[in-house]
Amino acid sequence: MKLSALHQSYLNRRSNSFRSPTSLDSSVDGSGKSLIAVFWLILHCLCCLISLVLGFRFSRLVFFFLFSTSSTNLYSAPFRPDLPVKHLDVHTIGRNLDPGANGTVAMATATKSSRVVVGRHGIRIRPWPHPNPVEVMKAHGIIERVQKEQKTIFGMKSSKMVIAVTPTYVRTFQALHLTGVVHSLMLVPYDVVWIVVEAGGATNETGLIIAKSGLRTIHVGIDQRMPNTWEDRSKLEVFMRLQALRVVREEKLDGIVMFADDSNMHSMEFFDEIQNVKWFGTVSVGILAHSGNAEEMVMSMDKRKEMEKEEEEESSSLPVQGPACNSTDQLIGWHIFNTLPYAGKSAVYIDDVAAVLPQKLEWSGFVLNSRLLWEEAENKPEWVKDFGSLNENEGVESPLSLLKDPSMVEPLGSCGRQVLLWWLRVEARADSKFPPGWIIDPPLEITVAAKRTPWPDVPPEPPTKKKDQMPLSQGNTVVVIPKQQQHATKIRKPKRRSKKNKHEPRPTDTTTQVYSSSSKHQERN
Amino acid sequence: MKLSSWVLIFLLCNLTFLSTISAFRLSRSQPTERISGSAGDVLEDNPVGRLKVFVYELPSKYNKKILHKDPRCLNHMFAAEIYMQRFLLSSPVRTLNPEEADWFYVPVYTTCDLTPNGLPLPFKSPRMMRSAIQLIASNWPYWNRTEGADHFFVVPHDFGACFHYQEEKAIGRGILPLLQRATLVQTFGQRNHVCLKEGSITVPPYAPPQKMQSHLIPEKTPRSIFVYFRGLFYDVGNDPEGGYYARGARAAVWENFKDNPLFDISTEHPTTYYEDMQRAIFCLCPLGWAPWSPRLVEAVIFGCIPVIIADDIVLPFADAIPWEDIGVFVDEKDVPYLDTILTSIPPEVILRKQRLLANPSMKQAMLFPQPAQPGDAFHQVLNGLARKLPHERSVYLRPGEKLLNWTAGPVADLKPW
Repeated sequence: MKLSALHQSYLNRRSNSFRSPTSLDSSVDGSGKSLIAVFWLILHCLCCLISLVLGFRFSRLVFFFLFSTSSTNLYSAPFRPDLPVKHLDVHTIGRNLDPGANGTVAMATATKSSRVVVGRHGIRIRPWPHPNPVEVMKAHGIIERVQKEQKTIFGMKSSKMVIAVTPTYVRTFQALHLTGVVHSLMLVPYDVVWIVVEAGGATNETGLIIAKSGLRTIHVGIDQRMPNTWEDRSKLEVFMRLQALRVVREEKLDGIVMFADDSNMHSMEFFDEIQNVKWFGTVSVGILAHSGNAEEMVMSMDKRKEMEKEEEEESSSLPVQGPACNSTDQLIGWHIFNTLPYAGKSAVYIDDVAAVLPQKLEWSGFVLNSRLLWEEAENKPEWVKDFGSLNENEGVESPLSLLKDPSMVEPLGSCGRQVLLWWLRVEARADSKFPPGWIIDPPLEITVAAKRTPWPDVPPEPPTKKKDQMPLSQGNTVVVIPKQQQHATKIRKPKRRSKKNKHEPRPTDTTTQVYSSSSKHQERN
Repeated sequence: MKLSSWVLIFLLCNLTFLSTISAFRLSRSQPTERISGSAGDVLEDNPVGRLKVFVYELPSKYNKKILHKDPRCLNHMFAAEIYMQRFLLSSPVRTLNPEEADWFYVPVYTTCDLTPNGLPLPFKSPRMMRSAIQLIASNWPYWNRTEGADHFFVVPHDFGACFHYQEEKAIGRGILPLLQRATLVQTFGQRNHVCLKEGSITVPPYAPPQKMQSHLIPEKTPRSIFVYFRGLFYDVGNDPEGGYYARGARAAVWENFKDNPLFDISTEHPTTYYEDMQRAIFCLCPLGWAPWSPRLVEAVIFGCIPVIIADDIVLPFADAIPWEDIGVFVDEKDVPYLDTILTSIPPEVILRKQRLLANPSMKQAMLFPQPAQPGDAFHQVLNGLARKLPHERSVYLRPGEKLLNWTAGPVADLKPW
């Protein structure tokens, strides 16, 4: 099929090449012909050699170009010696097919010869086929302009500020949780004010983490220390959140208040969705009630399967807390996380190895317009209690206590069908220690000897501030490795790296104080 | 006096309000612009009542049996011929009385003889067409009355009625002699080319509407790819040296821009092809072995500005759609400077092109939905046919006058099918 065209062009090439020497030589006689043949053979060998050297096929037809005065059209490319274009005379072919007695229409089309020619063309490459930085910048300008236009058409017309309220306190997992919130808030495309309420007073530790976000933050400290049980902790967190809401009221911050608990994970769509709230909204929260004990998890799963088999008519319990709607998308109630399977087995103390259960209604699933909290705001609805006169001793469990009429809550995220954030509580043991600011300074007190050091004998050097320490199993020599040596080992014996890595995660049975509790937690988590 | 002036002001306000509403077509909330081509504002014209089409009842060996043998014909890019017949059979423009018909349609599926790979073989198509025409010429008097000048055929293959996939062979054959007077509805269009005759209607290739609809992403997703293209640059199987395929244009695109971060081009087949097009500002639509491609349809549906690299191409419905305003045309010789050309387009022009592309009537005109919807490609074909009415006097032959040569063409074509 298409191969035959190639074959044809190849034959044409051959005939072309044999035509050229006859045009070169003026005298065509017998001896001339054998001379020509020999000359052609020599030329062929020469071209083969040149091709060998160059590495690509060197076409003999370069000579054809040099010597011939043919009238074929040439689309020459600057870098490639290329084959001549077959100029199909569209003109004559059209006329040949023209049935003699047909109208003038066909004649007219046949007389125009096409500018576009069929055949082999050169591949045009410009002298410097690489990106031009000026043009790249211009293109980015165009992309920005297009995206700006898209935003004005499809995006938010006017976006409200997001006021994030986070209760926190200094503990081992604080850096982990708070960094997650920092990154989520940094990605929010709207203005953000972050109110961080800290139990145990405002510390530098927390201050450093939140300062890295580059957002506008309000760091409030309260004197009480965080208690050790989950129940008391959630009560204190409620108190801390109310403190934050008081700050909103006093500063007259205008925006949408959302509760970003430090161990929760938020999706970006959550921030887009809450922009739609008018006064008081609720979203669905995925509840990850996780216990550190793997066996526990398996058992509870088996139990759940049993329960499902027994009660087939009951709907499956989803780990979601959020609004429940009827078919016309009106709020009729709330889905709450089913705590029955965990009855009696949930964690009481913060470092218990059991599932941590959420409250009946977690604060993080609610968002409110900050004007609800102000003393005086126009169009404030009547079904909201005045925040200033809220009596905390009556027990504020969930933000619904701020409302007189809970049915006026707006369900967001297509009426709760989208789970936009996840609730999780993970904490370390109460006695776990961690280096303040997560900077190892001063150096560790106890170092563990290495077993069968794979690297060549290195005289032990005094420990320096910037070095890597690796927990290794028992051995004879001291472990300290200055950085330069490491690089040397990298270059020389890359294979050893893997051996070292294999040793790393296995915890030592002895004794660096820093590692003991965290290694035990590694077993559990 | 005062009351009348107030009434006047009120009316004026209303008028301006209404006119702004009509200037905007808020579908999926994007402002668009009206499209008017050289034939005027005709994309939304309704052909019903402006023409009558008679559909010949050919034996099923010309259509249904072929489709039955290979149902893949319903999904490939040449499926327009099949859907056209289905549409006409149930359309209000159809008439059962051939005496009152303005146009006659011959439903013969010439592009349904597929290889195992799915590519259509055109070797039997001339004979099939000839046999169909002989049938209608002998059973009905309408062919001989005009020698086919008021008949139309759908020939969606690579080079239309030249019935070959290779350009040189197609040019060598030319349009089938028997179709010299008929109106051809084809996807191929190139100016001053043998295989495009005067008066043909160029249509877009078939692209499956449901498949494209199912891959739509939210319109607010920001367009972050500058230029997008997926496809071959070198056809190694048929043209290993390069320079033949696409007249070297695709290879030039690759060689010049393969390391340019603005150009997201490769030969891969990603599953997110449609989604990626919706995130791109420009989509390249270079020629291949033939100048047309379904990429144009995809680019229009997904709002990506088509960059057409095919010299002298005639785009679908060229009299109804102002392609110069909508797409960017780049000569094949200017391909090495494509980045300069695209970055020097002013942003206002780009935004205007995007607004034109967002017009739902533009997108509808490129599709062949089943069942047919107003403004789709079927209706545009009928509009095109309606614009050619009334027929000239020369269409009707005097008795005994014969213009077609029934024995012209290669000898192999004269064998019965």
